[in-house]
Amino acid sequence: MRMIAEGLLTDEIPPRLVGGRNRETGRIVFPCPESGEYEPYPLQRQGTLWSYTIQRYRPKSPPYAGPDAFHPWPVGYVELAGETIVEARLTDIAFDDIAIGMPLELTVVPLDAEAIDPVMVHAFKPAGAA
Amino acid sequence: MMGNVCIVGIGIHPFGRTDGLSGLDQGVFAVRQALADAGVEWSDVQFAYGGSDAAGNPDTMVERLGLTGVQFINVRNGCAAGGSALFSAQMAIKSGEFELGLAVGFDKHPRGAFNALPSEYNLPDWYGEAGYMITTQFFANKIMRYMHDHGISPQSLGRVAEKAFRNAVHAPHAWRREPVMLTDIMNAPMVSDPYTKFMFCSPAEGGVALLLASEKKARELGKPLVRLKAATMRTRPPGSFEVFAPSIDVERGGSATNIASAAAFDLAGIGPEDIAVAQLQDTEAGAEIMHMAENGFCRDGEQERWLAEGLTEIDGKLPVNTDGGCLACGEPIGASGLRQVYENVVQLRGDGGGRQVPGCPTTAYSHVYGAPGVSAVTILER
Repeated sequence: MRMIAEGLLTDEIPPRLVGGRNRETGRIVFPCPESGEYEPYPLQRQGTLWSYTIQRYRPKSPPYAGPDAFHPWPVGYVELAGETIVEARLTDIAFDDIAIGMPLELTVVPLDAEAIDPVMVHAFKPAGAA
Repeated sequence: MMGNVCIVGIGIHPFGRTDGLSGLDQGVFAVRQALADAGVEWSDVQFAYGGSDAAGNPDTMVERLGLTGVQFINVRNGCAAGGSALFSAQMAIKSGEFELGLAVGFDKHPRGAFNALPSEYNLPDWYGEAGYMITTQFFANKIMRYMHDHGISPQSLGRVAEKAFRNAVHAPHAWRREPVMLTDIMNAPMVSDPYTKFMFCSPAEGGVALLLASEKKARELGKPLVRLKAATMRTRPPGSFEVFAPSIDVERGGSATNIASAAAFDLAGIGPEDIAVAQLQDTEAGAEIMHMAENGFCRDGEQERWLAEGLTEIDGKLPVNTDGGCLACGEPIGASGLRQVYENVVQLRGDGGGRQVPGCPTTAYSHVYGAPGVSAVTILER
């Protein structure tokens, strides 16, 4: 599996997102900044949906590197309690079933579902979903 | 402390699409109009601050306006570029260094969404490759949470857009001057839920110029005294939620607008209840709603009633975006914040025609917000 960038996930199975923790203030952000002020900080896998929208048009390329064929996808912010609120795609859920506050867990999805060896991006799916 | 700064000349090139004219052409048009309005020559202008995001360096205008050796500084501050240029210009007069100067902004963007790149915002490339580098996505996420927290209905988003197009019918500089019915706004295709296509503004073209003078100079010119009581520009505090944010703090905080607004009211020595007309950044319908509260005009959630009762209409308690705002005028980044102030001067002079706020308003407020978390506010008084 190829992630869209190195250093986004831990090597565990299942993996966690790698945030950054400010060495002085304790503030946690994602992704981990390339700066000595932050140390890598694995984030919890479970969260709740803080907000969302549906991306209904194909983003411009560059910078978007997804497939030319476009299907709308949901994207939101997921609150990881006590840590940070992470922007991510949502997956394995019908648009109408998305609701603020719903429990979610980390997964990865291909940026191009039809590619043979797609790059993967982080996403969240309903907690407990297959 | 020096005396007041006054706005003595205003000029605008109509917003929208103007094939055959560059962004700079439109800026020059606006400057010439402002010079004529103030009754001064370009050679009288002692300094200029200019904003443009995508239409070239503003200081190159001197080739068209005249090689007078004028001090001309370029400003780039996202969508707050115009407000930042104005802030800088008034400081030059406040300091006592100069008596007459220019704040100018223009732009000409390609069609479609803005072309933001991650590296310009200190973000990793993957953020754009994965499809997150999109302002509409952020705005939709922000309003979705706000509606959830404060009981704002989609209908209220529609009312904001409906009002914008209705007001713009009377604004010669506006781009879209046809009214659109609320049902058409609500039933239009979704762009990013909960926003339909009528609820977002579009990148556009246009130019605005404002001539600023010391009060002494303004009296000499014999113009009606429109005083710039406050101009502030601020960046974001911890816990704010900004454009292009891969993560946001769990502990929620204020915004750049909160800080810029509070500082402006403090400088002007008046409060939100004293403002007669306001131009608030409305790159999308929900921004106007959130900015009503962020600038102190109402509490979070009260907008639902304000809009239902028409309190932000031209004849309402606080008219908001009397020329149709960004929704109807479009957004040429460098010019947008200055258009708001242009519109406020028109209102304070009583020149608004079909969109004139009744009752001779004497105070006017403008607010512009830009990525990645900058806000600029002005308060004018006649």
